Amino acid sequence: MKTVSRRWPKLILAIALITAVAGCSGEQSALAGFGPVASRITLLTWIMFAAAVLITVFMGLLTGLAIAGPAGWRRRLAGEKSVMWGGVVFPVATLSVLLFYGFSILNAGERLARAENPVHIAVVGEQWWWRVIYLHGDGRTTESANEVRIPTGRPVEIELTTADVIHSFWLPTYAGKVDMIPGRTNRLHFAVDKPGIVRGQCAEYCGGAHALMAFYAVAMAPADYDAWLAKEKADAQPAARKAGERLFLVSGCGGCHTVRGTSADGKVGPDLTHVGGRVSLGAGILPNTPDSFAQWIGRHQKLKPDNLMLPFDFFSESELHDLSAYLKGLE
Amino acid sequence: MADSIQERGILPNSLPRPAGEKEQLLRIWSTPPGWRWITAVNNTVVGLLYLGAAFAFFVLAGLLALVMRTQLAVPENDLVGQDLYNQIFTVHGTTMMFLFAVPAMEALGVLLLPQMLAARDLPFPRLSAFAVWAYIIGGGVFFSTVFYGLAPKGGWFMYPPLTLTEYSPGDNADFWLLGIGFIEISAIAGAIEIIVGILRTRPPGMSLDKLPVFGWSMLVFAGMIVLAFPAVILATMFLEIERSFGWPFFTASLGGDPLLWQHLFWFFGHPEVYIIFLPAAGLVSMIVPTMAQTPLVGYRLIVVALIATGFFSFGLWVHHMFATGIPALSTAFFSAASMAVAVPSGIQVFAWIATIASAKERFRLTTPSLFVLGMLFIFTVGGLTGVMVAMVPFDWQAHDTYFIVAHLHYVLIGGMVFPLFATFYYWAPMISTRRLSERLGKWSFWLIFIGFNVSFMPMHVSGLLGMPRRVWTYSEASGWGPYNLVSTLGAYLIGIGVVVFIIDLVRNFRVGPCGEPNPWQAGTLEWLPTDLYSTRSIPHVTSREPLWTQPDLPEEVDAGRHYLPNAPTGARETIVTSVIDAKPQYVIQMPGNGWGHLLAAVFTAACFLLLTIKVVVPALICGVLAIACCLVWVWELDKGPGKGPVPIGAGITLPVYVTGPTGHGWWAMVILMLVAGSLYLAYLFSYFYLWTVSPKVWPASAQSLPDLEWPALSASLFIAGAALFALAQKTLAAPGRKPFWTPLLIGSGALSTACAVGVAIGCHWQAGLRPTASSYGALVYMDGVLTGQLVFAVLIMSLFVIARHFTGKLDRVRSATLENTNLLVYYAVAQGLVGLLLIHGFPRWLL
Repeated sequence: MKTVSRRWPKLILAIALITAVAGCSGEQSALAGFGPVASRITLLTWIMFAAAVLITVFMGLLTGLAIAGPAGWRRRLAGEKSVMWGGVVFPVATLSVLLFYGFSILNAGERLARAENPVHIAVVGEQWWWRVIYLHGDGRTTESANEVRIPTGRPVEIELTTADVIHSFWLPTYAGKVDMIPGRTNRLHFAVDKPGIVRGQCAEYCGGAHALMAFYAVAMAPADYDAWLAKEKADAQPAARKAGERLFLVSGCGGCHTVRGTSADGKVGPDLTHVGGRVSLGAGILPNTPDSFAQWIGRHQKLKPDNLMLPFDFFSESELHDLSAYLKGLE
Repeated sequence: MADSIQERGILPNSLPRPAGEKEQLLRIWSTPPGWRWITAVNNTVVGLLYLGAAFAFFVLAGLLALVMRTQLAVPENDLVGQDLYNQIFTVHGTTMMFLFAVPAMEALGVLLLPQMLAARDLPFPRLSAFAVWAYIIGGGVFFSTVFYGLAPKGGWFMYPPLTLTEYSPGDNADFWLLGIGFIEISAIAGAIEIIVGILRTRPPGMSLDKLPVFGWSMLVFAGMIVLAFPAVILATMFLEIERSFGWPFFTASLGGDPLLWQHLFWFFGHPEVYIIFLPAAGLVSMIVPTMAQTPLVGYRLIVVALIATGFFSFGLWVHHMFATGIPALSTAFFSAASMAVAVPSGIQVFAWIATIASAKERFRLTTPSLFVLGMLFIFTVGGLTGVMVAMVPFDWQAHDTYFIVAHLHYVLIGGMVFPLFATFYYWAPMISTRRLSERLGKWSFWLIFIGFNVSFMPMHVSGLLGMPRRVWTYSEASGWGPYNLVSTLGAYLIGIGVVVFIIDLVRNFRVGPCGEPNPWQAGTLEWLPTDLYSTRSIPHVTSREPLWTQPDLPEEVDAGRHYLPNAPTGARETIVTSVIDAKPQYVIQMPGNGWGHLLAAVFTAACFLLLTIKVVVPALICGVLAIACCLVWVWELDKGPGKGPVPIGAGITLPVYVTGPTGHGWWAMVILMLVAGSLYLAYLFSYFYLWTVSPKVWPASAQSLPDLEWPALSASLFIAGAALFALAQKTLAAPGRKPFWTPLLIGSGALSTACAVGVAIGCHWQAGLRPTASSYGALVYMDGVLTGQLVFAVLIMSLFVIARHFTGKLDRVRSATLENTNLLVYYAVAQGLVGLLLIHGFPRWLL
């Protein structure tokens, strides 16, 4: 644990940040609002925020006047008439305007949902990771995990289901959130206008490691996306050094994980065919480095308590090294 | 008659009062000495115990909040592990909502209402005492589970399937269901007490339009509990039954739906917010006029606003479910409804500001005033963020983030905790010999007010920066660290503020007669001089602020010159008046201290607890003992007309025993039937809801249903049962006679209804339907469970009434026990018949 004293400068910074609300640049920020869906919500947020500040100040002034204002002001505030104006007319008027503004945003969202030729991706919530399935036009699918790649400039439709409990797929920078509920298929529609990497997280409490269930969304220019997808569809490249692959297969990893092109075809855990090319490990909690692989395999219960992977704490240093190198090589 | 006496300036009773009158009152209303005070039922003792327990839970749950804030102060902290953190936030939320907020408001109802109405006590003193003890035992056990790792960890909302046995093995979730089931029962008991108390024990002359606003808000509060709590009771029954016996109400693969829980939970959960807020608003509407020394501006508008809030609050529940993928049309409707509820709140806020502005001199800035002003600011901000989250697109971002954590704490702490602290400071002199310290009070206020804003304001930002709720850790890279550190510092400031308040309490709060009877120069009756028996005599009221318009009232009341200055039946009693215009109707003979209700609470708690840890036989023994104790408790309630009629002053002579719709027992029974009706409505909703979700598990043809002879037989038995009970009441004999047919009719009526339920359930079993097979099967048997539990109560009550018959306590005059039993029988039979029509008719004729 870090010492608190180091954080004092940060505290001062934080207060400055709150006043400037400079947090818009975060990779998981709803205030950043990229793309048509999220940017409309960001604008709505700022408008409502400004109105709320104005109304709060106004109420403060009225209360001040009621307590210590000049007699004339106090008389004006004192009757039932002020109650009718302030308590009925004003809220009904402002709320009606706001409501219709809200409906117009909903409408714009509906239009996007009806857009033609969207990118189809299915995401299945699992305790505590995301199964990601790219649905190709020809009915074939490609499975991945904990990372959603999307092309810019095209509508995206994400089909959301769950394998166990309720989760919620939240991608603040590009869209809102939609729950993943047993027995139902929900859909999230959005579009992204420029390339970038952002983070999303499970927003519905789903038990144990809920706090550690995140993912990355990578938006790519259409040409890059097509190239990436072609590579993702393909089987894993044969390993350069066979030691790691052999270890992977004989240790039973294939019972739960699939590496297409090898005998590992387990369906319980995340597909690892191209795990080396992803942004993160462990559902958005570790950077994708060889060391992270070793860390995860050796002490995943420490890093992400309660996760459902079996313990693999018996590998030696060199074995971990081989395994990590193999997995990192699966790009 | 009474009014004309008042107008001529003649008081109901004359001086001098007979010697020994006051001493008799003191003796009758005394609290047992030493540890035997636990048998006390007097509303001041019970109310204070209730409030103290609620405050203790507030402190405990607040400490849990500090643990959470400490864990979140810096990123990647490992002070509290994942599992414990998940338990802590579940217990924090559950305790604050169920063990603090609702009970605290009920406690204030028990403590303040009789004083505001100048009644000697609420109409069912042992029922409130039972509710309090049940709550303390159930709540205590629930909270203690956090110390040995047995606490639930599914969140205070307990969404299935996470809380089903598959994903939550172990007893943790069951402790939640037990604790909450218990609190629900206690809340409903309290609500019945409060409704009957407000409607029937007002002082003569206090027509409904003179009822203090707190009375109105408690009336709406209790009405909302009656309508809203049954939904969550049904949900908890479903969940416990699915956990224990596998009836698939929430399992999608067998035709259940996890969203059914969310509908039922939020149908309760959203009104719950207003259940907490409305009484607090009522308290503010009492404090503001006193501090302004002027009547409340817009009394009628406020009453309408309270009722409107209660009404609207039942149309908002889906706004907790905007992210579940429900159709756009229904989100639009619930979005509009969520905004509409802002209007009644606006009315109240502006009415308070108008009252402050119309202050006689200048609004007095006392500690209670400061807490009220703090509430105005915080609640306004909470209301504005509430409007924001009612906007569906914004909610898709904000839902389940720290923005919501900020919003709900602004609403609940602003709307409820600040008024509660104002209440502590304002009403302490009513029960304490000394006032609380204004100096410490102001320290406490500023610490809590500043601490609160420092803690929760940054959460709006951290939420929009992407921080979800219910996370025990977050990464350094998220950038949320600084905001969280500030929040944590603010939380500690709140903690210090609460400690200052506790110090004030320890130094100055002493229960006893007050040195200053009316320190704030308030206008309402709770500031009349009182003793153990409440006010010496019950005043005749002619305005909303009697102490302002009748300046001699305290002296007159204390001299015993108003109504009932004595105890004509020689026991505890108070005046019951008519519902609308408060005309005296009869003198209610109330039970005194006792063991029955206390042991009933203990054994009920033991029964539920033992069931939770699956020790079945001792649990059943405790259940039987609990019922036996209840019977001992209620045996003395129907005291008969022997000691009446009695004079209460002004030439009015009142009976001491009534039956039918005039009686308070009849009212309580009718409200209980409303509770049962709400429960059954929630069941009907569940039935049709699951049918729309999974019509495929419903029978495709009438062939798989039992033959029509079976429901016809069951219906005949139900109707015969009701007829037998009706006949029993019709043929009750004159006092002193014990004809053999009375117990025979009652007994056979009870047996007939029991057989009706047996047939209704048995025919499905015989037709091969099993409750575990599908949600359809589970719902069919659930109908039997719901009607069966009513019939079980009918059986117990029948035995009780038969025992009354044999001991000569049941006859044509003294018929209240049978009359109330019959009310329940008619309701049970009606529900049974509706159930038969639904279960056999719907799939047969409408599918």
